[in-house]
Amino acid sequence: MSPSAVVQFEAAGFAYPNRPPLLDGLNLSVEPGEIVVFVGRSGAGKSTILKLVNRLILPASGAVRVEGRDTREWDGIRLRRRIGYVLQDVGLFPHMTVEENIGLVPRLERWRADRTSARTRELLDLIGLPPGVFASRWPSELSGGQRQRVGVARALAVDPPILLMDEPFGALDPVTRLELRREFLRIQRQLGTTVILVTHDMSEAFALARRIGVLDAGQLVVCDSPEAVARSRDPRVTMLLDTLGPARSNGGS
Amino acid sequence: MSELLHFWLTHRAELARLLEQHIVLVVISTGMAALLGIPAGILAFRRPRLGRPLLFAANVAQTIPSLALFGFLLPLPFIGGIGPRTALVTPTLYALLPIVRTTVGGLQSLDRSVVDAGVAMGMTSSQLLFMVELPLALPSIVAGLRVAAVIGVGTATIAAAIGAGGLGEYIFRGLSMVDSTTILAGALPAAALALVVDGGLAWLEHRLRSRRGSTFRGPALGAVAGLALVAFAAWWMSPGSGTSVVVGSKNFTEQVVLGELLAQAIEAEGLPVVRKLNLGGTFICDRALRSGDIDLYVEYTGTAVTAVFNQNVPHDPRQAFEQARELYARGGVTALEPLGFNNTFAILVRTRDARRLGLRSIDDVRAVAGTWTPGFGYEFLQRADGYPGLVEAYGLTFGGAPRAMDLSLTYKALGDGQVDLIAGDATSALIDALDLTALDDTRRYFPPYDAAPVVRTSALLRHPEIGRALGRLTGRVTGRDMRAMNRAVDLDRRGPGEVAREFLARLD
Repeated sequence: MSPSAVVQFEAAGFAYPNRPPLLDGLNLSVEPGEIVVFVGRSGAGKSTILKLVNRLILPASGAVRVEGRDTREWDGIRLRRRIGYVLQDVGLFPHMTVEENIGLVPRLERWRADRTSARTRELLDLIGLPPGVFASRWPSELSGGQRQRVGVARALAVDPPILLMDEPFGALDPVTRLELRREFLRIQRQLGTTVILVTHDMSEAFALARRIGVLDAGQLVVCDSPEAVARSRDPRVTMLLDTLGPARSNGGS
Repeated sequence: MSELLHFWLTHRAELARLLEQHIVLVVISTGMAALLGIPAGILAFRRPRLGRPLLFAANVAQTIPSLALFGFLLPLPFIGGIGPRTALVTPTLYALLPIVRTTVGGLQSLDRSVVDAGVAMGMTSSQLLFMVELPLALPSIVAGLRVAAVIGVGTATIAAAIGAGGLGEYIFRGLSMVDSTTILAGALPAAALALVVDGGLAWLEHRLRSRRGSTFRGPALGAVAGLALVAFAAWWMSPGSGTSVVVGSKNFTEQVVLGELLAQAIEAEGLPVVRKLNLGGTFICDRALRSGDIDLYVEYTGTAVTAVFNQNVPHDPRQAFEQARELYARGGVTALEPLGFNNTFAILVRTRDARRLGLRSIDDVRAVAGTWTPGFGYEFLQRADGYPGLVEAYGLTFGGAPRAMDLSLTYKALGDGQVDLIAGDATSALIDALDLTALDDTRRYFPPYDAAPVVRTSALLRHPEIGRALGRLTGRVTGRDMRAMNRAVDLDRRGPGEVAREFLARLD
């Protein structure tokens, strides 16, 4: 097991009583600054992984370590404030302005108002939304792409070492999605944040991941570089690769 | 309509006072319900196992008829008794259900992703509640407050039945006088108030739904609830106990006039008086007297012996009074000497018939009964000591079968010639107005109902002025006086206070 790992799964499993396991014996280390994308169909165990990391659930077997410490020993609230979270449907607070949404975790962390404000503006610049125009807007006044950018900015507000993303760019039109992916990679490289992202979209994985983990029925089938995954002959992987269309599956290697 | 306008114009000071009382009742009861209901709703949302019985209890409270609820509360200590306290508890209970329901509903219907985002960002459960869940559920909660307040405007009218004031006073007064103008004088402003409250809160709800700001909501709601609490506390403390004397009355015109008469006579002796007039029926006044909620009111000897003490009334007026005085004395209440008039049943005929046929007493009716049709109220017709006993005592045989109708309508029926004889109220305003004559009850068939002040003995000892003040009235209020005063209020629509003042001025 890597001593430098930011997130480490040690034979981590989770199941509700008398049900098939949602996740079974996952072993994986996520290194600093890495983007790991878990891909799988609905029910493959993707969101279970995210919940284990931010301690919404505790592993039924094995252990999950964040920054070297077992999540059982972490205080859930403290842990979650160190972990940014971006949801598929963003979940911006509709009764708060863009500025208030982004500044929420700093406020929870009792930052001084001027520091929060400066940080909010800095983040708005980073995601390409001029603060003068967008700071005081309501979420309902934003386009889907803008909302998702604000969601990313909110997750990055206290510069967390870890970012969890759940289908972050799923609900966007293809052009916006491409644009956002590119910008996200720029920001991630700039900040060096460790990212765990889950999606059912193989193309998302190929676009963003340094490593792709393929999940099926709670099992990690493979976890490797995109190139290695593309060469896999495992039917549970090829089934997902087939969704990429003829261009990719024929000329992938 | 012009009558109604005239009524409002001549009663504008009173109308303003009743409207204010009504609004205070609604604001406080809705505020209290919010203070209890919103936390209960949050609890029901967070802990469904606790919440389900809570909702059930609120549901049950809603199904109890409001008058029955007042009845349950009257004998209870602290929250019970006559007056504003009990009047507040009932609308508060009714307002609880809509508030609890909409609080739970509003919290349950929140967008999951927003709540998930709050949790994932590391909000504690109370941060989640106050920063996310409550602000977003607020429009629903306000919708519940709106329903509660409108229900409150309605329930508060019933508060008048137990002497808490409000627009219901006109409604009850009108009902007891079968006067639609007075009923409308209370009902229309109450309806208008309901519409205004509904409209105002609908506007607020709309503002909250369209507005997305988070800043002012919590504090504003807290301020409203806090204000309601302070107002309530102030009100709770205030009811003028201490050195003032509390005068009560039942809920019909004659009683209100008598209440005013007592109150003004006592005030003339320099004692401050609190009026709790229009309290309700005999039972409520007696309870109020014994519990110390009121210090005195006027009771009738026959009513006291039968209705309060469940005994048979002697038909001799003096014996009846002595018996009532004896019974009251055992309970720490002093019955003072009668005021002078007897509010008994009176057998009434048209004055022109009485003159033409030379009728003076009920005995004289025997000769003409064969061609007459009498008319009676339902209760009089049924009761053994009503119609059946009357015809037996006087050996009457009427030609036409007695017509049954509401007691209040019999006067008019007699005046219009539809019936020839009725059993009415000896002090009714309508006797003079419709030119009717009461025949003497020579055989003392009807028990005596002499009006006499009944006073808590402790109050009488503490304030000997009360005895002095009421001594001035002993034997001075004749049946004719009482009829004239009832007429001035019921038919000429003058204020009871003013009518009583004039009478007292003439007395000296």
